[in-house]
Amino acid sequence: MTDHILSQNSPAARDIDIVRSRETRRHRFNAALRYALLTVVGLLMLYPLIWLIGASFKTNSEIFSNPGFWPENPTLDGYIRGWKTSTPYSFGTFFINTLWIVIPKVIGTAISCTAVAYGFARFDFPFKKVLFSALIATLLLPNVVTRIPQYLIFRDLGWLDSYLPLWVPSALAGDAFFVFMLVQFLRAIPRDMEEAARVDGATTWQTLIFIVVPLLMPALISVCLFQFMWTMNDFLGPLIYISSVDKYPISLALKLSIDTTEAFEWNRVLAMSVLSLAPALAVFFLAQKYFIDGISSGGIKG
Amino acid sequence: MARLQLRNLEKDYGSFRAVHGINLDVEDGEFMVLVGPSGCAKSTTLRMIAGLERVTGGEIRIGGELVNDKTPGDRGISMVFQNYALYPHMKVHKNLSFSMRLKRRPAAEIEQATSHVSSLLEIDPLLDRLPKQLSGGQAQRVAVGRALIKKPQVFLFDEPLSNLDAKLRASMRVRITDLHKRLKADGQQATVIYVTHDQTEAMTMGDRICVMRDGHIMQVADPVTLYSRPANTFVAGFIGSPEMNFLDGTFEGENSVRAAEQVIVLGDEFTKRISGRSEHVTLGIRPQHLHIVAAETPGTIKGKLTHIEFMGHEVYLYVDIGPKRLIAVVPSASYDRGALRDDWVWLSPDPKGVHLFDRQSGENISLAI
Repeated sequence: MTDHILSQNSPAARDIDIVRSRETRRHRFNAALRYALLTVVGLLMLYPLIWLIGASFKTNSEIFSNPGFWPENPTLDGYIRGWKTSTPYSFGTFFINTLWIVIPKVIGTAISCTAVAYGFARFDFPFKKVLFSALIATLLLPNVVTRIPQYLIFRDLGWLDSYLPLWVPSALAGDAFFVFMLVQFLRAIPRDMEEAARVDGATTWQTLIFIVVPLLMPALISVCLFQFMWTMNDFLGPLIYISSVDKYPISLALKLSIDTTEAFEWNRVLAMSVLSLAPALAVFFLAQKYFIDGISSGGIKG
Repeated sequence: MARLQLRNLEKDYGSFRAVHGINLDVEDGEFMVLVGPSGCAKSTTLRMIAGLERVTGGEIRIGGELVNDKTPGDRGISMVFQNYALYPHMKVHKNLSFSMRLKRRPAAEIEQATSHVSSLLEIDPLLDRLPKQLSGGQAQRVAVGRALIKKPQVFLFDEPLSNLDAKLRASMRVRITDLHKRLKADGQQATVIYVTHDQTEAMTMGDRICVMRDGHIMQVADPVTLYSRPANTFVAGFIGSPEMNFLDGTFEGENSVRAAEQVIVLGDEFTKRISGRSEHVTLGIRPQHLHIVAAETPGTIKGKLTHIEFMGHEVYLYVDIGPKRLIAVVPSASYDRGALRDDWVWLSPDPKGVHLFDRQSGENISLAI
């Protein structure tokens, strides 16, 4: 009886097996093709970076003679001598300078932009619309336009050759883009939680710190990351306001090594470029999850 | 003392007046339900009591004290929101104790209050969970617990059950009324203002019900009075299911009304109840007060049966009289051998259940006894 049923069913079952294995094979083939294509395009995009890292281990002469990225005689010469720099300061000083610019600026941005965005998103006050329009208008204004007046103001304040011109505007929510980003994010968060906090007896500031900031965290992390990366890469700001070499951040220091040596030591420049990329990359990969949350969602999860 | 008094309370949004000078007294320990269709300003009123909306005019007193300009935290109130509004980044026990931690109460006191409330609401196993790990009913209980821990003078509930499914809603209804009774028995002040748009919730939960419409109070009364003696057509239509039948008509003679092309005799006993006599009236009869009779007798209404809905323990009968449609609800038992569809039937209104409203003002003129 059982045999009978089996023998009756087996041709159909075999057909199903054949179709299924054909499907699987097709799926695998498609996937392989997809990944191959993505890998090729990805490598194409990453090639300059890979070349940069490879070239930083080459000797100065090999950089121009060997077009491939793999160094024939790998050497750390670029790193060792590049780190020493042609100035009295080592590259470490410039790293510390950069951090000394970036960290207070990021903290100032986070605090000031949160406070301003909270105000715009949650409170009604006279001229709110005009003020918000003004804020958005500054977003559209090219940076170049304000460079000279800003320079004059900071000169009159006696802030030239200090980090103040780099810190203070950000600490006063000068980056309209971040304020705008946080306002949009806040608008998507229901007010109930804040109202519940007020009923629970929280003051406006307590509500902001204990309730709003935690809810705002994904957006806030994106703000910090953006500010971190943009400030790391900022060349023009320090170039305009900082004149003494001992206060130079990395971006200026890299340029310095190109200026002062007559025959460019390219391997040193490249080696230091690799080092200067490292912090931004590291921070990005560490915070990647929150970062993508922050820019992709204006809302909150259930 | 946690008496709540509203005096000429007004709220304007720009040029739009949402609340028109309402007066309401809620006694200490009373469970007051604000009910009305959406847009009747019941939630606005509640939010003004909570201090979340600014008062345009009038007074709010809690325990005799004027609280118009106090912050929500200083009013001695706590509130349960429609969508729970739990703090998503805090675990349940942090959610519960937030108000106490803000006041910097000693840790032991916080611990004790949290465990007391969580055992009262049976949420002890949930204390270490985040709000997103809770079901709707659990989240609602945590929200109630968060309100409870403050030991407020007045509890405010803003449609707390409308996000729950029907079954859970019924059990939460009982749970909340139970809790109110238990707090009262424990001597804790437990004045409750409960906002809902659901008349079943209002009728089952409230000691008294305040029916609102377009920023006006239509009637404040206990559920039985509201049902049997509605003050106007709005309350009569809003309370009760299916809705009360209304027939526009005019008085003819001493005690009969001409409506829907027939003369309905009201009987002497009924006409004694009528206070002011207006010419144009609206007759209101609850579906439960209409009976089917086999043959025409004086005072019956003749109509054609158009729909029969069998609901289990009762049957809904839709009867067309002229251009109007009436609904009668009869017990299934008495309907075994009843009329069929498209039959002519006679409806006999129970004189005790008939109301007469002034057609202009909508006021019930048949209440004076």
